[in-house]
Amino acid sequence: MHGLYNFVRGPLAWVAFILFVGGTLYRLIAMLVIARKKDNVVFDYFSLFYGLRSIFHWIIPFANRNSRQRPIFTIVTFAFHICLLAAPILLLAHVLLWDESFGISWWTLPEGVADIMTLIVIGGCIYFLWRRLTQPEVKFVTFASDFVILAIVAAPFITGFLAYHQWLGYKFWLILHILAGEVMLVAIPFTRLAHMIYSPFTRAYMGSEFGSVRHARDW
Amino acid sequence: MVNMESWDWDTQEKTVSDTNGWKDKFEWVEEFQASPDGEKVAAIVKTGEAEFSVCVNGEAWENTFDKCWYLRYGPDGRLSCIVSSEMEWTVAVDGQAWDQSFGYVMEVKFSEDGKNVCAFIQQDGMYGAAINGEPWENLYSNMTNFAISSDGQHTAGSVQTEPMDEGDIFKFQSGIFTAAVDGKAWDKTFVNVWNKAFSPDGKRLAAEARMTLYDYTIVVDGVPWSEIYSCVWEPIFNPKTGAVVAPVKVGASWTLAQDGKTMWNRSFVQCWQQIFSPDASRVAAVVAPKYGKWTVAIDGEAWHSIFDDMVSDMVFSPDGRRLAAVGKNDYDYSVIVDDTVWNGTYDMLWQPVFSPDSQNVAIRAEKQGRQTIVMNGKPWKQECEQVWDPVFSPDGSKVLIRSIEGGRYIRRVLPTTELTG
Amino acid sequence: MAEGQVIDGIYFNEVWEDAGLDEGTKKLTPEKIEKVINKVLEGETGARLKVYVDTCVHCGLCSDACHYYLSHDKDPTYAPVAKVKQTMWEMIKKKGRVSPTFMKRASQIASTQCNVCMRCAMYCPFGIDIAYIMSVVRRICHFLGITPLYIQDTAHSHAVTMNQMWVKNDEWPDTLQWQEEDAQEEIPTLRIPLEKEGADIMYSVIGPEPKFLAQLLYQAAVIFETAGLNWTMPATPGWDNSDMAMYTCDNEIMGRVKRVHFETARRLRVKKIVMGECGHAFRSIYDRGNRWLAWKMHPVYVEHAIEFYYNLLKSGKIKIAKKYEESVTLHDPCNVMRGRGLYEMARYVVNEMCADFREMEPNREHNYCCCAGGGVINCGPPFKMTRMLGNRVKAEQIAATGAKVCISPCHNCHSGLEDIVSHYKLGVHVKFISDILYEVMEKPGAV
Repeated sequence: MHGLYNFVRGPLAWVAFILFVGGTLYRLIAMLVIARKKDNVVFDYFSLFYGLRSIFHWIIPFANRNSRQRPIFTIVTFAFHICLLAAPILLLAHVLLWDESFGISWWTLPEGVADIMTLIVIGGCIYFLWRRLTQPEVKFVTFASDFVILAIVAAPFITGFLAYHQWLGYKFWLILHILAGEVMLVAIPFTRLAHMIYSPFTRAYMGSEFGSVRHARDW
Repeated sequence: MVNMESWDWDTQEKTVSDTNGWKDKFEWVEEFQASPDGEKVAAIVKTGEAEFSVCVNGEAWENTFDKCWYLRYGPDGRLSCIVSSEMEWTVAVDGQAWDQSFGYVMEVKFSEDGKNVCAFIQQDGMYGAAINGEPWENLYSNMTNFAISSDGQHTAGSVQTEPMDEGDIFKFQSGIFTAAVDGKAWDKTFVNVWNKAFSPDGKRLAAEARMTLYDYTIVVDGVPWSEIYSCVWEPIFNPKTGAVVAPVKVGASWTLAQDGKTMWNRSFVQCWQQIFSPDASRVAAVVAPKYGKWTVAIDGEAWHSIFDDMVSDMVFSPDGRRLAAVGKNDYDYSVIVDDTVWNGTYDMLWQPVFSPDSQNVAIRAEKQGRQTIVMNGKPWKQECEQVWDPVFSPDGSKVLIRSIEGGRYIRRVLPTTELTG
Repeated sequence: MAEGQVIDGIYFNEVWEDAGLDEGTKKLTPEKIEKVINKVLEGETGARLKVYVDTCVHCGLCSDACHYYLSHDKDPTYAPVAKVKQTMWEMIKKKGRVSPTFMKRASQIASTQCNVCMRCAMYCPFGIDIAYIMSVVRRICHFLGITPLYIQDTAHSHAVTMNQMWVKNDEWPDTLQWQEEDAQEEIPTLRIPLEKEGADIMYSVIGPEPKFLAQLLYQAAVIFETAGLNWTMPATPGWDNSDMAMYTCDNEIMGRVKRVHFETARRLRVKKIVMGECGHAFRSIYDRGNRWLAWKMHPVYVEHAIEFYYNLLKSGKIKIAKKYEESVTLHDPCNVMRGRGLYEMARYVVNEMCADFREMEPNREHNYCCCAGGGVINCGPPFKMTRMLGNRVKAEQIAATGAKVCISPCHNCHSGLEDIVSHYKLGVHVKFISDILYEVMEKPGAV
């Protein structure tokens, strides 16, 4: 058990981070290279001002019409995404690991708050699962891979929650938690979780087209 | 060519006609046309109820018509106008209507020497061309892209050779269009035939064509090039060798091809409006080396001066060593000569004109509603309501300037040095 | 209505007969389909398509943007993302190895169940441009020869005549001359100046104007004459700014038509082009056609009629004699609203002209599409019911205003709305801005 822990905590973590960073860079560079080669117009019409204006209107809840039309979804998705990013980065246990390995640390969340945020992420996943199973317009475009992706996202949070509360053996859940986290990291650049990488660009491009060419709003 | 030697190159300035008086005489005066030698100014005028004519230097033609449009001077100084009487249309040249009249007449074109006046005609719902009033023997149910040879002895159009029911896309795609020269259609048909060019001797005809909905090529005298392209633009003939040159799209980029073989080793995002130098030693085209960036390329080498909107009106100097064109950024037009952009921008520019010795370039320009002539980058001191294209004397020492100032049509002959400073 | 059914394993939510689609499909082979799909995907698409496909998380948030989806009681097969699923995802996933029937359905979706109105691009949190993806599908269908018949015929008309309606070279100047003569009965000094080189403005219109709607040419001439503008119209091809080849994605013809249009403006040495009340033509000149030709923007400034009227009213060149009394509402056409942001100018013009203006909800860039644009109405009678059933929300939206007149400054919208008004028995008149402007403006030159 301990050997396995050291393996997932050590070499495998390195592999996961390298794949995550490398994969992300690869996807970004590949996107830019192919855009240069075959979609140069993307650069020709790109506007930083209008790109940021568009991003701004979409990273603030209820700052665009669609988010006002769907208040529940908006609240869930914003809470989900904020917690998804903030909880792992600002979790004390994670920061301790960074400190232990590299001597770097930063502000952390009170443990109770992190715990609630974890539950929000899990709740969000359940909500998304419910949408995929019951909402016809979502169900129609749902593939098995969408459930897998949802599971990949939910797994680190569920296992982390269980490990933190030490039900049925801390070490077991901890190892699973690290593994799940590593799977998710690697999955980001190589699955539809890549929307994390791409969405600022697609948003900014649409914002640029709407702002500087069409003189219209895109929110 | 027109003999310009005989024109008056001595009278420095004369008011040919005070057009202010025309408006008292006629209730309707259309835009003015100036004769190439500057001796005459003309306009379509209304002479009575539903009665129109053409006024030249203040005097209306004797003949009147129900309608008049497209008044133009030919290169030889004869004045042509499309006219209608009793529901029939024809062309009147210096007031004399052609003997034959037609259902409709449009697109009047002149031979280089002006002797032949050609027109695109419709008669009883059939289409063709007429030279000096003489129509083709065969007319076609549809015709587009009317073209004439430089001597005006030959005319051509893209014609429909078989009937097609409305909406019959399959019949259309089988190819029912071709080119007709002097009324005779090529044997081979195509899905589409567009812009055409006659060889300098008028004996051959090249055209853009689409063989299927997707395969483009150049067709010469009914025979397509063996190469197929995803798109092509208008062909031209090499005035010396008779080779045919056209912009072609290969992959995602454009280049020039000659007789079906790539001519330039460079390609561009866009390439069109190619012209040969008079001695045929050089070929130039308007190109976009990058998306949204326009310039001129000579023999495949692009200039460095770039315009964002467009480049047009290229013209080679008579000696073929120089080239002038017009470029546009936003609302501003500029003249570009030999890759150097003149200082000063204008609201509108016409085509640059080289002096016979190729040393000077002059152009008609407009700024804030006033027109003038600009020579070698320097505007003429006089600003006018309207000017026409400048004309150099055969020896290049003088410039003929035709203008309207305060309603008076003025003909001036100025020493070229007065404009160059 | 034609109920949904499964044909050769492919689900069709509607079944209509169309000779272009039906005959075209018969000629398809799996090899040809595979070749064409891969040729287009590899040769003509790049980062945008790839990133759009990889970024989409299948969340369905675009659904409510689509009038087809809303009008079909939220039938999921009409949702924007569902249209991508039934077309592009499958083509990419199977690397082009899809069946002829699949392609027929793909063509039906892309050509008749999507108006490429881009409303969904404003509802996708990532700004994924589904209209662009549908255009790529149409491009593939173009190369496969499975474009609906009527619009294909229109693309042929563009290819031959450079106009949308098979208007022959003589018919155009002839029509203008008749309109000029008619208008002189009202304003004796009125002229429609043909081929006037050096005029300030070239006025361009779409093919149906000389064919069926000549009164619009008349009205425009009265507006130009009254405003005292120096304008002209070409007597040659290049007068038509419309472009259905853009919508069949026969890009080569689209480019050819746009090139003729702009080069005609340059030949006439005009400083700007003013175009009539058409939306798709504006898109073709301002967005699609110019880009295919490597013009980043329009090389000669193009002013849409809305902006033109706005400037005339604002500058006092046209004055209103008496405001229009009937209650009016305004339909915001996608190509000049989402496409050019002219919504406030349109409101200024309508408020200047009309005493009783009522907003539709939603409006401006969020307005529902007319369901006619994007080439759908040009797919002709076989798909009329697609438009009627696919835009119930528009009928409800218009009815809710209680207005007697619906102003639509776009030809496709205008025709589409007339069909909807009659199908849903709304009892509303659809008018162009110029219809009302002509009626209410001062005409000092009139006798």
